[in-house]
Amino acid sequence: MLPRAFERAQGVVLEGPTRLSNIDRRTRPTTLLDKLWSTHEILSDEAGNSLLWVDRHLVHEGSHHAFARLASRGATVAEPGLTLAVTDHYAPVRGSPTGIDASAARMMGTLASNARRHGIELLGLDHPRQGIVHVVGPELGLTLPGLLVTCGDSHTSTHGAFGALAFGIGATEVAHVLATQTLWQRKPLALRISVNGTLGEGVTVKDLALHWIAALGAGGARGHAIEYAGGTIDALSMEARMTLCNLSIEGGARFGLIAPDATTLRYLQGRPRAPRGASWQRAVEHWRTLASDADAAFDREVTIDAGGIAPTVTWGTRPDQAIAVDACIPTLAALATDDTAAARAALDYMGLQPGRALAGTPIDRVFLGSCTNGRLEDLRAAAAVLRGRRTRVPGLVSPGSSTVKAAAEAEGLDRVFIDAGLEWAGSGCSLCVGMNGDRVPPGERCASSTNRNFRGRQGPGARTHLMSPAMVAAAAVHGHIVDVRTLLSRKDHR
Amino acid sequence: MHTGLAVHFDADDIDTDQLIPARFMTRSRADGYGDCLLHDRRRSENGKLDPAFVLERHPQASVLLVGRNFGCGSSREAAVYALLDAGIRVVVAPEFADIFAGNACNNGLLAARIDERAHATLAAAIGEAGVRVSVSLESARIVLGEHPAPDSCSVAFSLDDRSRTKLINGWDDIDLTLAHALPIARHRERRAREADWAWPAADGRKSAEPNGRDEPQGPDDPHGPDDERR
Repeated sequence: MLPRAFERAQGVVLEGPTRLSNIDRRTRPTTLLDKLWSTHEILSDEAGNSLLWVDRHLVHEGSHHAFARLASRGATVAEPGLTLAVTDHYAPVRGSPTGIDASAARMMGTLASNARRHGIELLGLDHPRQGIVHVVGPELGLTLPGLLVTCGDSHTSTHGAFGALAFGIGATEVAHVLATQTLWQRKPLALRISVNGTLGEGVTVKDLALHWIAALGAGGARGHAIEYAGGTIDALSMEARMTLCNLSIEGGARFGLIAPDATTLRYLQGRPRAPRGASWQRAVEHWRTLASDADAAFDREVTIDAGGIAPTVTWGTRPDQAIAVDACIPTLAALATDDTAAARAALDYMGLQPGRALAGTPIDRVFLGSCTNGRLEDLRAAAAVLRGRRTRVPGLVSPGSSTVKAAAEAEGLDRVFIDAGLEWAGSGCSLCVGMNGDRVPPGERCASSTNRNFRGRQGPGARTHLMSPAMVAAAAVHGHIVDVRTLLSRKDHR
Repeated sequence: MHTGLAVHFDADDIDTDQLIPARFMTRSRADGYGDCLLHDRRRSENGKLDPAFVLERHPQASVLLVGRNFGCGSSREAAVYALLDAGIRVVVAPEFADIFAGNACNNGLLAARIDERAHATLAAAIGEAGVRVSVSLESARIVLGEHPAPDSCSVAFSLDDRSRTKLINGWDDIDLTLAHALPIARHRERRAREADWAWPAADGRKSAEPNGRDEPQGPDDPHGPDDERR
């Protein structure tokens, strides 16, 4: 019942004997979601709502409403040691912090004073490990399999890549977690997305994510926790898994999950805040049980052939309005009747024509970064396309964390981006969210490695095309949307 | 029971970035978010308010009929604050995004889920002019008309029991939860015992002590029977 990859891990990174007899075998086959839920459930009410224990609570500048609620009750933070504060949403990534907007400075200052008041560790602007909360948590080894992780941010699903129950919550819920270290939740339904086959050259997990979201719809996984499984998922790196789980919310699912395996252990071992020594061994013993039983029943199953996925790009203002880069924007007649009004409005906003090819659409600028695609592998993939080339449009590269930035600079990626004509910036949410001074001007079209192509997300009137980092780099080189595979074959097929 | 003017904002997939653009989110709650509601949606390209936008035509509306997947995207609770501060008390849709639905309930905004047929019925009744409706949490119905007769046209909405109870009583979850301090403390104690690794290691060589700072609260024996899980 255990994933084979996990057994291999035992030999690779573990010391000491493996004790299969310790595995908690239940009579009823259960899903990974079931196991995580029952471990964290303190009690439940008659209506089926569970009071859950929270192992990690991540807060950011946007948590000011929650701290204000806490203050109005005169309450304290129940578990400051399980709470981490990170400056990311309002972080200025370009130039010196002295030139930043007063309200953004106030937001960061409020977080700092709340962290200080309540004894919460803060990764502020001046901290060497500052970065986007969903990049930093895993980097530090604070995110672990088997934990329950909450944050007042919908992309908290990212942490599910480790086999953690991780989900975004609102400000009232943030206040509740701060005050009690618990949260009331109704258990979601279980959806398994099984992906098998090999992703083609130039095709990434971002394309896989946009592909399934396009297939199921922007609300298609609402009410569900997604478990990603199958050979394709097993072969993904942790960074790729994080990208996939991160985007779960764009299909409506608050939770994305991947069972931990050898890849997970290899990533975590030796991280600064990960368990060590005997504690690590005990953790691994538990983590070995964190997989859906082979005969566990899911509320819903979806199967995807990875080999059939092309580089995928959004054409509209919802993440599911996405097509293969070599396909045409759908004609209104080709869409479901109840979707034509939305498509017409989206195309109008985007300044695009139905039925036309998406490739060749001119862009004004590019953005590389975000909690979706701001990790080292993402920057490497973009740099591989840009190396030795010049971009035709301006663009911003914002590493997901200061750690990512330092690592990228150590291998010279910053020079690749700068030499290609892009701006190499600091780390933060930056152009993903249009609240920190970085914006796409009205009417301009941005090829972006981010997660939301909503109207105005990157600034009022901004037109966003979501795609993989490599596709963003290719678009920058050509000045229009282009299939990255054409650049790869010219350069790398020897 | 809430009685007010219902209007129809005919759009699917209204995400929370549209409900309140991120650039307005530095305000304190006390400053109010009403003027930010759908800030960019209700303006034309020159930045002027569009007089044809439904909430400009009906600024007194308190019940908003909307399309599918309402409130998708960012978890920002300010989207709910913006609706409330603009006078909206009830949002009616075929589907709400999960995080939005929770945020709405936590702030006393009713997110009433109706089926497609009920949606069509309401949309027809509302038309361009809007219609007075009465919304009853107890009966989970939206009744057309201000002083509805027993035979008035109405549609049913669905809402889970916990949300209904919370909305009716205006309960604060923190107070409810603190009544469970004992099982919470027991759960914490057991987690610390069975999964010490679940506490962050100190940023150095030494392992953190899960019980180093905060002992579980409560007068009971922390090693008592583990009976709190149901």
